[in-house]
Amino acid sequence: MTYIPHSEKNISEMLEVIGVKSISKLFSQVPEEFHKDGKLKLPAKLAPFELERLIDSISKENKLPSRGKNFLGAGLYNHWVPSVVDEITSRQEYYTAYTPYQPEISQGTLTTIFEYQTMMARLTGLPISNASLYDGATGVAEAAMLSVRSSRKNSVLVSKTVHPEYRKVLKTYMQHLNVKVIEFAYNNIGEIDTIDLEKKIDEHKDDLASVIVGSPNFFGIIEDIANIKSMIKNPQVLLIASLSEPMSLALVNPPGKCGADIVVGEALSFGNYINFGGPTLGFITVKENLLRNLPGRVCGETVDKDGRRAFVFTLSTREQHIRREKATSNICSNQNLLAMRATIYLSYMGEKGLKNTAIICNERASYAKKKFEAQKNISLKFSAPFFNEFVIEVPDSKAFLEALQKKGIQGGLDLHRFYPELKNNILVSYTELNSIEDIDLYFNSIS
Amino acid sequence: MSDVRSGYYYTKEHEWVTVEENIVTLGITDYAQQSLGDIVFVELPQIDQEVSKDESFGVVESVKAVSDLYCPVSGKVVEVNETLVNSPEIVNTAPFEEGWILKLEVNMSSTELEEMLEEELMDFEAYKNFLEEEE
Repeated sequence: MTYIPHSEKNISEMLEVIGVKSISKLFSQVPEEFHKDGKLKLPAKLAPFELERLIDSISKENKLPSRGKNFLGAGLYNHWVPSVVDEITSRQEYYTAYTPYQPEISQGTLTTIFEYQTMMARLTGLPISNASLYDGATGVAEAAMLSVRSSRKNSVLVSKTVHPEYRKVLKTYMQHLNVKVIEFAYNNIGEIDTIDLEKKIDEHKDDLASVIVGSPNFFGIIEDIANIKSMIKNPQVLLIASLSEPMSLALVNPPGKCGADIVVGEALSFGNYINFGGPTLGFITVKENLLRNLPGRVCGETVDKDGRRAFVFTLSTREQHIRREKATSNICSNQNLLAMRATIYLSYMGEKGLKNTAIICNERASYAKKKFEAQKNISLKFSAPFFNEFVIEVPDSKAFLEALQKKGIQGGLDLHRFYPELKNNILVSYTELNSIEDIDLYFNSIS
Repeated sequence: MSDVRSGYYYTKEHEWVTVEENIVTLGITDYAQQSLGDIVFVELPQIDQEVSKDESFGVVESVKAVSDLYCPVSGKVVEVNETLVNSPEIVNTAPFEEGWILKLEVNMSSTELEEMLEEELMDFEAYKNFLEEEE
């Protein structure tokens, strides 16, 4: 981005226009004790090449997730990003984090949003998608608020296998809305505990807005959404399926086809880099009857005055900039740059490419699973079907991960941090970027 | 100039109600539909839902705004205008007749109810004056 500093002449001209004598007079509203006199304590100036050398040496200290040696998933998955994604999004017509303020003039941006919505709706198996949300965690909170709005009830049940950080954000959002968040347990094969769920549905039946599950859940396991749906007898209680690995949608029957009323989560896997943990891309899709309770922006198709196909933002009357404090949600924007990347990625991969990628992810995980099973001191914690990650139990998780780290391998996530009861349990994850050789190297490093 | 009719009670939020025994029928006024413009959606409450006095029980959505609906009395919803689900524009064309929104059963005798409405709401004349001030 270009940096254009103001000259002394610019500054005096501007001050004259607004009738202020000096820059410090401009800040006269700020109490004097907070004014800073003199120069900022900054190091001496550097020549451009000296600066480059300095920044370069600092950047070498970053521990970048190496392409194949990263087995950390747990919410963010290291997938291949085709170069076409960077190429198209870096065009200046597109390169903005914002939806345009005069939306209809930017038909190109609106077209990609419309395509994004169409693809997310098809992938999740529900008819309506919004233009994206901030991330998976706030997405789950938005979905819970949607259920509270539509049912006028004030309790939500959430599975302990929903991403722990999503649950934390959910509780933060709910605490000031007087909505009760009640967690329910998982069983010994890593799925939700149906007995505990049944009991809690019954306990809270008079005030229940929704049941939130993860699939794939935080342990990588695919839940039986249809069965969970059948346990919720009251049609007013919404089933919310959350997920952070949307690549799974190309392979498993999507939650929306199995009875989920809302599918919500993280879509970073589609054409976005994991960076250092963000920014990420939230998505939400809903059944038709929830359309008017859907948070955020929705792009719709129409025709212009000459009858040509055109796109508009629709249902804006429910958004914050029009309906103020009565808006459906405080989200008044979306994660458009990342959503655009997802759109380009999905268009480029196509149905076949996406499916093949999902199969490779699953095959690599299955390959590693067999290798773990052959290890003496390592066992698989859960036996339920998984997509591309699973939990292993080792004698000493700290020593195990440190040994791998020494070889430059991020060996997985120690679950103890989020689940005190899962001591020495590690969540390991696989994508198409973890080659067979990478996985073999992993096992050579631990034996 | 908007249409105002006698035989209806009016609220400051531009809703009208009529009373028959202990059943209250509610809709929005001609002034309200004109101000909103083309109505595209009416969110109706559930049958048997309890509605509290002066609390929002639903919304009317037009191409340019979404407005809350308030009820001047407490009661239980006994009927909603299902026609509005697919033809919300009826509220624009016949706000006082076919465009009614819901019927409430009120836990009061009709005399008590009439007394309360007479005291708290506006009649034909009062609402006409109210509109003149608004305009």
